[in-house]
Amino acid sequence: MYTEKVMDHFENPRNVGEITDANGVGQVGNPTCGDIMKIYLKIEDNIIKDIKFKTFGCGAAIATSSMVTEMAKGKTVEEALQLSNKAVAEALDGLPPKKMHCSNLAADALHAAIKDYQEKQK
Amino acid sequence: MERVYFDHSATTPVRPEVAEAMHKSLTEVFGNPTSMHYFGKLAREAVEEARTQVAQSIGAQANEIVFTSGGTESDNMAVHGVAMINKNRGNHIITSAVEHHAVLNTVKALGKQGFTITILPVDKYGLVAVEDLASAITDKTILVSLMHANNEMGTIQPIKELAAVAKSKGITFHTDAVQSMGKIPVDVNELGVDLLTISGHKIYAPKGIGALYIRKGVRWRQSLMHGGAQEKLRRAGTENVPGIVALGKACELAVRDLDSEPAYLMGIRDKLIKAVLDSIPNTSLTGHPEKRLPNHASFTFEFIEGESMLLSLDMKGFAASSGSACTSGSLEPSHVLLAMGIPHELAHGSIRITLGRDNKPEDVDKFMAVMPAIVERLRAMSPLNQENEFAMESDCVACRSSDTCYRQA
Ligand SMILES: Cc1ncc(COP(=O)(O)O)c(C=O)c1O
Ligand code: FES
Repeated sequence: MYTEKVMDHFENPRNVGEITDANGVGQVGNPTCGDIMKIYLKIEDNIIKDIKFKTFGCGAAIATSSMVTEMAKGKTVEEALQLSNKAVAEALDGLPPKKMHCSNLAADALHAAIKDYQEKQK
Repeated sequence: MERVYFDHSATTPVRPEVAEAMHKSLTEVFGNPTSMHYFGKLAREAVEEARTQVAQSIGAQANEIVFTSGGTESDNMAVHGVAMINKNRGNHIITSAVEHHAVLNTVKALGKQGFTITILPVDKYGLVAVEDLASAITDKTILVSLMHANNEMGTIQPIKELAAVAKSKGITFHTDAVQSMGKIPVDVNELGVDLLTISGHKIYAPKGIGALYIRKGVRWRQSLMHGGAQEKLRRAGTENVPGIVALGKACELAVRDLDSEPAYLMGIRDKLIKAVLDSIPNTSLTGHPEKRLPNHASFTFEFIEGESMLLSLDMKGFAASSGSACTSGSLEPSHVLLAMGIPHELAHGSIRITLGRDNKPEDVDKFMAVMPAIVERLRAMSPLNQENEFAMESDCVACRSSDTCYRQA
């Protein structure tokens, strides 16, 4: 039911882990719901230099987290904020309809991490 | 890749002997059992022989067996049929929180049509207490429906004791024996039940065939299916002769093998349970440790989610199932696990392994050669704080939409 891209990202997720000196961290979801996603950012000169994730959830949740980190890496903060859930799902060649909410989590987690970074800059 | 099928509670392959009987019925004995001619008579004989086989396998009389399209239809027919004909006597129905949806949703639907319903709780092992049933009964109670063995966590209910309570008050008792059939003895008189559901595809017959046992003299009437006079007005529609023949054969074989197969499967089951609990940390068994189906092992794995475990297992050639919300298509994990008091996040990490005739003790070794690494990989990816607790956020959609969320209490 998943596309090859989803399975590839599930099997070989990119950028898994934590960044110890992250300057932006975002977490969305809740284990009660079955999904929780955490994104760590290292932003330098307004550019996402490094990004890592940790996810509790289904195959789609893990694949979308992996994809969002790949898409955001090297982007400016403004560009990363433009990344939508839809774009993440499309980059994976689509998700089964009942799994669309998992992709919401990935972009939301990224945006939450950026927000955390921006707060810290103030 | 070599594949191991560990999902026999979901469905089973058709046994060769059953397929053979079925094949004959598809090609040679193809008549309509209602027809008056030679072809019809042959089909009629095949149906009646199967009826006797099914009846004998559960200690019933042949005329107490009605063929249906499966477990779901039998459950619907049983509950609805008893409720409707006894409406003038009372309107109270009792069931439990761990029933299959085929019973639970039928009872709930009746709850919207003027019936009052009581859904009995279960303990942490999934057992219904006999005293709870006794105290739930009122003078309006007309039906109790409680399953023999649970599909998700394997616990076997004390049906004999529960049915005795209902009988002492003159209340009709139905049990869903879809999962227990062929795994433990199922005898309608020993259990003391009035109606009993079985399904073909859990006992090596095909999907889409089942039977309902209705004890002679019990107040029940067909209330859902309107049509022809088949099955003595108890189930309209031209008989699924190949399916019926298959079910008859499968029941006969299931009972014949009851001497050896459960003990064989229990050996594999216990080896599996011990291996998982001993070598993978933060893991527990769900359901009752002893009062459980001989082929059933179900676990929760902390900090990780079931669907991602299933996907990983599938990639290694193992087929299992999970009660996680991510596999259910809703935001809710298994109602059975929640009813046992298992927190949402743990229910999400549930895995069910159900064994069958095709499994071997070595399958456990093969499974244990891959499972610890799968768990470790997913745990390494998990953001949950594996030292202390699970985090809580107030904006959780599932928590808001769920009335069973334990965090709201
Ligand atoms: C306990 C129980 N009852 C009923 C059913 C439904 O049976 P069927 O698939 O034949 O409709 C199942 C199958 O999942 C089951 O496990
Ligand atoms: S994380 Fe639950 S469905 Fe994707």
